[in-house]
Amino acid sequence: MIKKQKKYVLPENLQNKIDENLKKYPSDHRQSAILYALRLTQNDNGGWIREQHMRAVADYLKIDYIAVYEVATFYSMLKLKPVGKSLVSVCDNISCKLKGADNLLSFIEEYLQIKTGETTSDGLITLERAECLGACVNAPSMIVNDEYQENLTKDKVQQILDNLSNGDNH
Amino acid sequence: MANEVCFRTLSLEDPTSLSTYESIGGYSTWKSIIKGELTAINIVEELKKSCLRGRGGAGFPTGLKWSFLNKDIPGQKYVVCNSDEGEPGTCKDRDIMRYNPHQVIEGLAIAGFAMGADTGYNYLRGEYIEPFSVMEHALGEAYSAGLLGKGVMGSSITFNLYNHLGAGSYICGEETALLNSLEGGRGLPRFKPPFPANFGLYGKPTTVNNTESFASVPVILEKGAKWFLELGTDNSGGTKIFSVSGHVMKPGNFEVGLGIPFADLLSMAGGLATDRTLKAVIPGGSSMKILAGEIMMQVNMDYDSLRNAGSSLGSGAVIIMDDTTCMVSVLLRLAEFYHDESCGQCSPCREGTGWLVKILNRIIKGQGKKGDLDTLVNIANNIEGRTICAFGEAVAWPIQSFIDNFHDEFAFFVKEGHSMIIN
Ligand SMILES: Cc1cc2nc3c(=O)[nH]c(=O)nc-3n(C[C@H](O)[C@H](O)[C@H](O)COP(=O)(O)O)c2cc1C
Ligand code: FES
Repeated sequence: MIKKQKKYVLPENLQNKIDENLKKYPSDHRQSAILYALRLTQNDNGGWIREQHMRAVADYLKIDYIAVYEVATFYSMLKLKPVGKSLVSVCDNISCKLKGADNLLSFIEEYLQIKTGETTSDGLITLERAECLGACVNAPSMIVNDEYQENLTKDKVQQILDNLSNGDNH
Repeated sequence: MANEVCFRTLSLEDPTSLSTYESIGGYSTWKSIIKGELTAINIVEELKKSCLRGRGGAGFPTGLKWSFLNKDIPGQKYVVCNSDEGEPGTCKDRDIMRYNPHQVIEGLAIAGFAMGADTGYNYLRGEYIEPFSVMEHALGEAYSAGLLGKGVMGSSITFNLYNHLGAGSYICGEETALLNSLEGGRGLPRFKPPFPANFGLYGKPTTVNNTESFASVPVILEKGAKWFLELGTDNSGGTKIFSVSGHVMKPGNFEVGLGIPFADLLSMAGGLATDRTLKAVIPGGSSMKILAGEIMMQVNMDYDSLRNAGSSLGSGAVIIMDDTTCMVSVLLRLAEFYHDESCGQCSPCREGTGWLVKILNRIIKGQGKKGDLDTLVNIANNIEGRTICAFGEAVAWPIQSFIDNFHDEFAFFVKEGHSMIIN
């Protein structure tokens, strides 16, 4: 007999936050809260979104699942595949590239022994390449767990990575 | 003089607080409006006189744009602030919000009044969590002080403002894609017409402006159009924040009068390293045309001068490249960006950007073929003007201008299989 998986419902604390967010929009435009709801759900579920989460968000906002799916697949900060405990997004777009982002990215790959786009074998760190982060005058820059890290040097990066590997993700 | 408009709180202690902002004249325009001392027509006329032009990239006159949304036409209307800031090289709106959030709020409130919109949204790119919380805090202060809300200070004026965070997508900076994103959909640009002034957010008349444009408004109305205009040049009134990045000793955001010679701006940013020479500059964000260093050294930083030189002021992101820069690899990186960020609605852009990446990648790997450069330009020419939104031009212009200005360097790479730049 196949045991039916229990349906995921948004926990109450998320529901409350989404309710609060919905106040920003006209009451007949609940869909405007979708990015907020998806990011919240993502953060609450190990940094990535499964189908059941999209279904729960759809139910809660009273919109079609496909509308949520369309959105979830469009935005780069919404992750549909597993990510490590920490997410490191390194910008190598033009201003950062001119300031040595390519070398920095290679250094990180070597240091973590993974390729860009991969997660370390201990599941602690996912490395990704980012588009311009809007911190170009402090290049090279990256975002680690939602926090900007700017004017990067190898030493600075190494220290940040060491902290992450030690389980300190702030 | 620098930092007189959007950055006017920058040198003060606690620049983001309401009391700091009020201490330098902040919210005085908004209060005059509430007291009935300033009409919508006054505001729009003053903006027209100031020659303020949109700071988001297209440079459209702000006063004229505001005149499209008639205050007296009944019904729901919206003002929307574009803080999506995704154009590579651009990082000024982040600092405006981080260091002078109240001025953005006041600019939006004034806009709401001038166009009869009782609601505004500030759309921030998804990564801007810190600016978002600074804005939220400032918004809280403004509400507590009774500056926003229903019937502000006992008047008949209502204005509510909300911050909205995106989730990672360059195309959401295009104003109609932004509106779709704000409505909770994919960030797909809309066909125009209808323009947002007729059919915008939730189908209602809407005005979208850039963060820097909104933040300039309170100061213009406080100090007068003439004061502002004279900070710049005739057709380019006021100041502009230039984000100077790349190969300079002191990269930074500099708010200076429009028309400043590029050479002066370069010095403000610390100039180049001692043994280097200026090879090229993109004067307005990655989507604008690249210009050779020697041309830039003769150019002033205003709308007309840059247009006459063959490029554009764009978002004011000034990307500096010295003689160690390999143009082929920089262009590949830009092509990858546009390919990643194409929304995919229009075939020329969706397919074309992929082909550009493929060919440039081949060249970088030393497998370039004769005719590749012509093909690249051809693809770019066939994207330009054939897309729903200006993303098409944003792709085409760097391709065309890099190859045009540095043809020998590209040809060398194709022929020899490696860069002519030895680092
Ligand atoms: C691909 C693309 C990206 C854009 N990104 C931005 C942006 O990040 N910020 C912005 O203010 N305008 C951006 N724009 C321009 C907007 O569509 C719009 O013209 C602008 O927000 C209007 O405000 P302004 O008149 O104050 O400049 C972009 C346009 C295109 C075609
Ligand atoms: S290019 Fe890296 S932050 Fe803008």
